[in-house]
Amino acid sequence: MDSEATPVHAEIALVVNGTEHRLRVDTRASLLDTLREDLGLTGSKKGCDHGQCGACTVLLDGRRANACLALAVAHDGAEVVTVEGLARDGRLSPLQEAFIEHDGFQCGYCTPGQLCSATAVLDEADRGWPSAVTEDLTADPVLDDDEIRERMSGNLCRCGAYTGIVKAVREAARETETDGARA
Amino acid sequence: MSDRLESREKVTGAARYAYEHPLENPAYAAAVQSTVAKGEILEVHADAALRIPGVLTVLSCENAPHLHEVANGELAVFQSRTVAYRGQFVAAVIAETLDIAREAARHVRVDYVSEPFDVLLSADDPRLYKPDKVNPAFPADTEQGDPEGAFAGSAVRVDATYTTPAEHNNPMEPHTTAAQWNDDGTLTLYDSTQGASLVQDTIAQVFGLDRTHVRVIARHVGGGFGSKGTPRPNVVLAAMAAGAVGRPVKFAVPRQQMFATTGYRTPTIQRFRLGADADGTLNSIIHEVFEQSSTVTEFAEQTATPTRVMYRAGNRRTAHRLVRLDVPTPSWMRAPGETPGMFAQESAMDELAVAAGVDPVELRIRNDTDREPDSGLPFSSRNLVACLREGADRFGWEHRDPAPGVRREGRKLVGTGVAASTYPAYLRPNKATARAEEDGTFTVRIAAADIGTGARTALTLIAAEALKADADRVTVEIGDSALPQASVAGGSAGTASWGTAVVRACESLLGKMNGSVPPGGLEASADTAEEIRARDAYARHAFGAQFCEVEVDADTGEVRVRRMLGVFAAGRIINAKTARSQFIGGMTMGIGMALMEESAMDPEFGDYVNRDLAQYHVPACADVRDIDAAWVEESDPHLNPMGAKGIGEIGIVGAAAAVANAVHHATGVRVRDLPITPARLLPLL
Ligand code: FES
Ligand code: FES
Repeated sequence: MDSEATPVHAEIALVVNGTEHRLRVDTRASLLDTLREDLGLTGSKKGCDHGQCGACTVLLDGRRANACLALAVAHDGAEVVTVEGLARDGRLSPLQEAFIEHDGFQCGYCTPGQLCSATAVLDEADRGWPSAVTEDLTADPVLDDDEIRERMSGNLCRCGAYTGIVKAVREAARETETDGARA
Repeated sequence: MSDRLESREKVTGAARYAYEHPLENPAYAAAVQSTVAKGEILEVHADAALRIPGVLTVLSCENAPHLHEVANGELAVFQSRTVAYRGQFVAAVIAETLDIAREAARHVRVDYVSEPFDVLLSADDPRLYKPDKVNPAFPADTEQGDPEGAFAGSAVRVDATYTTPAEHNNPMEPHTTAAQWNDDGTLTLYDSTQGASLVQDTIAQVFGLDRTHVRVIARHVGGGFGSKGTPRPNVVLAAMAAGAVGRPVKFAVPRQQMFATTGYRTPTIQRFRLGADADGTLNSIIHEVFEQSSTVTEFAEQTATPTRVMYRAGNRRTAHRLVRLDVPTPSWMRAPGETPGMFAQESAMDELAVAAGVDPVELRIRNDTDREPDSGLPFSSRNLVACLREGADRFGWEHRDPAPGVRREGRKLVGTGVAASTYPAYLRPNKATARAEEDGTFTVRIAAADIGTGARTALTLIAAEALKADADRVTVEIGDSALPQASVAGGSAGTASWGTAVVRACESLLGKMNGSVPPGGLEASADTAEEIRARDAYARHAFGAQFCEVEVDADTGEVRVRRMLGVFAAGRIINAKTARSQFIGGMTMGIGMALMEESAMDPEFGDYVNRDLAQYHVPACADVRDIDAAWVEESDPHLNPMGAKGIGEIGIVGAAAAVANAVHHATGVRVRDLPITPARLLPLL
């Protein structure tokens, strides 16, 4: 047996949805498996384990990331937000509400990833980050349908709930804008 | 119009799928796949894997417990040394963690005697044969009149061969089972399935148990599209593994392994001939289908069956020929039969429209029929023409210039196409119970599955209506084989079949209640087997019409769907909100079929090579732009108490033909081989 087959463990800390966890992880363990198997946070889904579907998308230190491609040991001290952390005190986020309103899912398996991704999309647009379809790279991007579709294309939905997803993100984007204007 | 009842669970991550139920001290399985396409296993070397700390056991044909034989040979996991296809499960490692199991699986070495193999479907394979029946129980061949003679004598003729590739369902949730043997010898399975009762029955047979000793729980299922309609090797493997280590075992088939072990749509080669008068009136329809199955199990896709339903013609022949190759066993994928068959038929109809100079909408209306051509039975309802007219109206078809390849906007060639859809309205026997409490609430129980269809919600609406109660006083329990026995979520028969049992149980309960509920509550049950047997003979099908506008980049050959509209006639729509999503979801998968989905067989090594989501492309958000579904009012008293036909599959039927027909209109190029990739289209532009 080659020696690299013997598990090696490391101690790490993760702040997940605001709660700090100290963990002993296999150095091969993905952040996704650590969330699902060690912390019991099964909201993040595994669709491919290879960074090809987006079902595992979480917010890692504030930015969206495929948790299946992140080794837990490489993110000691990181802050993670999963789908379980999107609602505040039992109140759904505007995006979660909009997904329900526009039927942005069917089986629901891609949904946690879609929601985390969409949460980041709103934030990225807010920071003025362009996408591959942004015409004017210097102007503030406006989340129209083409922009939303482009920015959400890393999250596959085999049920084909894309029309609902786009409507939901559009609506949440408008709400965030109006909130921003009020603030 | 109702939101999904489990919406909140799904958007907060609280909905638990098969892998996610808390189990005490679970172990994890990782499977080893065969690296030869055909042969015998000489020896399985497990020692290196077994030496890795944390490995509990390795299972293979060398030590697996004996299983009972069932019809589906794919479930005979580790029962023989024979390898039937590359990628077949030949061993499994069970370990303390997934990482250990996965690592150890790499250290299992299997020696084989490899044999020559054949994995490629061809229409002149001498081993092609006529199966006794095609799925589920249709004759392989049918013939009326003198099809060849009528074809030869027709003024306008189309004779073309169409091919569709192997396609994989790829639900986002992989096929998953968590298995646990209980102290009393019973087996509990958390399984990702479209039918808890069917898994219960099958697994009980496989392990020689009484069916009541197996419980299958599937509260939430992350899609299936047919691939979870019948149990796959993963269920058996997980149950066997849990028995071997005396602990619960979790096994989710990795995406790459799904391509060999969880089913796919057979590739098809279809010769389609249409003979018509000068005005497009059909005389003869001939549809010959060539398709594959494995050496493990015969799976005969019913590809030509829609040709027995769609259009009037005095002379008709349909035929299926099958060849058994050294490939994984094909299986159910969304509208099996109708999907590939209607790609051929509706492409051929478009070719006929061009050849006869008749508008393609008008051509279909002209050949409409009020009796099912094959059986001669009247339709319980058939509103294909209404769908075509309504769709043409909404889509703006009226002023379409039929000339192909003449609309250019910069680099883009633009065109529109139409195709018809159809899917049978099946009804299957089911059982259900309905219970009333003194406080005015009701509970309805049935082992139905909600794989994303909205079944839980639809059944609640159906029950509330039958009980004449508000929906918020009705709880419907599904997704557990301990509930009254139910048919699978498949064949678009779920809502109709389960709903019938639910209505009957509710009616019976109301009758018993007679206005009041005694202390302790009241319960009634129903079994619809007799009612279904006694139904009048009608041809029962849903119909639809799909309209599509594409733009084709003349420089790259890239096709993009600009807009797509489906109009369907599917009886009464129970819940508009989830129904629309079902139709659109099917159409979206149809865009995938038309433009990107293709599992490529490797003739050198014998396996599907593009076995992940980076190489097997499914539509992404940016591929789906303006897409909408609508329906015509249809009231049909011959179906079931709800008057509903199934809606889960018809959305994909005809969708690929609508796209391909639009590509022809845009470019003048007729692509008869799916998918219409730039590589295929560009050289022809
Ligand atoms: S599971 Fe991480 S991208 Fe698919
Ligand atoms: S809702 Fe099923 S995959 Fe997106």
